[in-house]
Amino acid sequence: MSEAAMPLWEVFIRARNGLSHKHAGSIHATDAEMALHAARDVYTRRGEGQSIWVVRSSDIVASDPVDKDMMFEPTASKIYRHPTFYEIPDDVGNM
Amino acid sequence: MSGTCETIMASNQTLFSYVLRLADDHLILSQRLGEWCGEAPTLEEDLALANIALDLIGQARALYAYAGQVEGKGRNEDQLAFMRYERDYQNLLITEQPNGDFAHTIVRQFFISAYMDPFWRRMESSKDEMLAAIAAKASKEVTYHLRHTSEWVIRLGDGTRESHERMVEALDDLMMFTGELFEMDAVAQEMLQSGVGVDASDLKAEWQHTVQTILQEATLELPKAGHMQTGGRTGRHSEHLGHILSELQYMQRSFPGLTW
Amino acid sequence: MYSQGLIGADGQTHEDAAFLAAFQARIDAEQKIEPNDPMPEGYRKTLVRQISQHAHSEIIGMQPEGNWISRAPSLRRKAALLAKVQDEGGHGLYLYSAAETLGVSREEMTEQLLSGAAKYSSIFNYPALTWADIGAIGWLVDGAAIMNQIVLCRCSYGPYARAMIRICKEESFHQRQGYEIMIALCNGSKEQKELAQDALNRFWWPSLMMFGPPEGDSVHSNQSMIWKIKRFSNDDLRDKFINASVPQAEKLGLTIPDSDLKWNEAKQGYDHGEIDWDEFWRVVKGDGICNRERLKNRRRVDRDGAWVREAAMAHAQKRRARMASARIAAE
Repeated sequence: MSEAAMPLWEVFIRARNGLSHKHAGSIHATDAEMALHAARDVYTRRGEGQSIWVVRSSDIVASDPVDKDMMFEPTASKIYRHPTFYEIPDDVGNM
Repeated sequence: MSGTCETIMASNQTLFSYVLRLADDHLILSQRLGEWCGEAPTLEEDLALANIALDLIGQARALYAYAGQVEGKGRNEDQLAFMRYERDYQNLLITEQPNGDFAHTIVRQFFISAYMDPFWRRMESSKDEMLAAIAAKASKEVTYHLRHTSEWVIRLGDGTRESHERMVEALDDLMMFTGELFEMDAVAQEMLQSGVGVDASDLKAEWQHTVQTILQEATLELPKAGHMQTGGRTGRHSEHLGHILSELQYMQRSFPGLTW
Repeated sequence: MYSQGLIGADGQTHEDAAFLAAFQARIDAEQKIEPNDPMPEGYRKTLVRQISQHAHSEIIGMQPEGNWISRAPSLRRKAALLAKVQDEGGHGLYLYSAAETLGVSREEMTEQLLSGAAKYSSIFNYPALTWADIGAIGWLVDGAAIMNQIVLCRCSYGPYARAMIRICKEESFHQRQGYEIMIALCNGSKEQKELAQDALNRFWWPSLMMFGPPEGDSVHSNQSMIWKIKRFSNDDLRDKFINASVPQAEKLGLTIPDSDLKWNEAKQGYDHGEIDWDEFWRVVKGDGICNRERLKNRRRVDRDGAWVREAAMAHAQKRRARMASARIAAE
């Protein structure tokens, strides 16, 4: 018989002050405290960490790839949101 | 003049002895933990135990290097770690006890961490700058060891019936080696008086408090303190140390004097 | 070594032509495929097989080197070796996680390893007999692994590629660690140098086998190549490894145990002697000296740890129940 699966957690690490937490990988743990320990022992062995978040993988809500066009296509045409859309003479200098 | 000189010599010898025994504690315990590599109950814990072992090897190396310097006979960390006889090792008996099952390893590490945590914190204010510096680094490391092993004590004590029973057995097996932690022999006394060492006997109350708080949460009890074993500091060990040394020293004994 | 993970891979797939064409267009455009993206079943299966076998190799690979942690000749070497073997455990963990994004659990993969259904790299069925083997394993076995793994950083499946990037970064010290051991031996006494040569003699050919058997001309029609799970032929990577290793052996003053090895000016690379593929298949199929022992150890570890995992799960459940009842009481 297969052993009961231990919950999966996603690990996010802030590498340095001023940076945001970034996904580092996943680990298995039975509870939040052990998940933090495992994240520390697995993903910060080379001084990579200042702060750790762990989130149960099953608690993450993800967008569906099927909705990709609906979700992300409409913004592609809104080029006026980017600075390069606007023409400013060179002699004005950096703006 | 010569009298002063002798006092310095004597206290150097004592300091050497004091640093060396601490180094031995960490080496032997790390050797034991290293045996877990690839064998732990989960992959995550495999990495966790190796992290603790690596902290301990690091502490041992710093201590041996310093001991060699204090001794002043040109012995380096490896000569001190690998080239002595069984009766010359002065580690605490608890550090050499077998890994047993995971419960035994966790209880052993928990007992020792609950002791070393306040030990290193006090050592941070040693008059000996080198020991104070080693302590500053080690105390952060051991605080995590204590946290990690405490979490396991709670989970195993208050887990299943089997895990609870295994913990009770581990506590019973290891309790008799905890008295030695708090002994103050002549070396320790002299170091305490000169402001270098820590009063180990004074750590007992804090140790008991830490241990009992966690055990209570784990629905476990600290066994009654019966006769306490002693001898590590004078080189009277359990039978286990000889086997540890036969592996530890294998290369240095088979090929004496070579560089690796 | 990880191309061995593709031996017998079933790339068969049953999707319609339009689906496959759309998928292939994404692959050809070098887009990364992510866990929830539509993908052919054959692609998913091939990846699960390769990634899990790669993970198993890391985990089983802890044994030959772990065998020397207690006997390392100096404290510096002991710390480095322990950190390296620990890394391998970590790499196994990263890879299991990558495979889990494809819908297979670590427990299932472990069961496949323990039952013998899943394979791992043949190299770890060779014993580490002397301290010099620790040098040779780091230098050659990790060297060969890195050749494969650097290419896998560009694999089409995102989580696998990302795991490989992390692994490659961490592994950069592994090969150096091994080669440094070899340098110390070769600069040492006569008996140390003999140990080094003996280790090279035993690990050279098995290291070449890690790249897997030649695929011949069929390689470019290979489904794993088309899906960009695999990006170079086994022979190409093996040649690259040989070309890198020969000068390293010369620097050490060691002799590669291949009398047919010689420089080929035309191809700007070395020609090598015949590899004993019978030995390779024998070891892959279970008849190496360590196969049974490696699996038995792993089964023992799994068995011995079961009560711990159960206890931790039981405790978590108790804690949740307590919190729930406390909440009810408070309401």
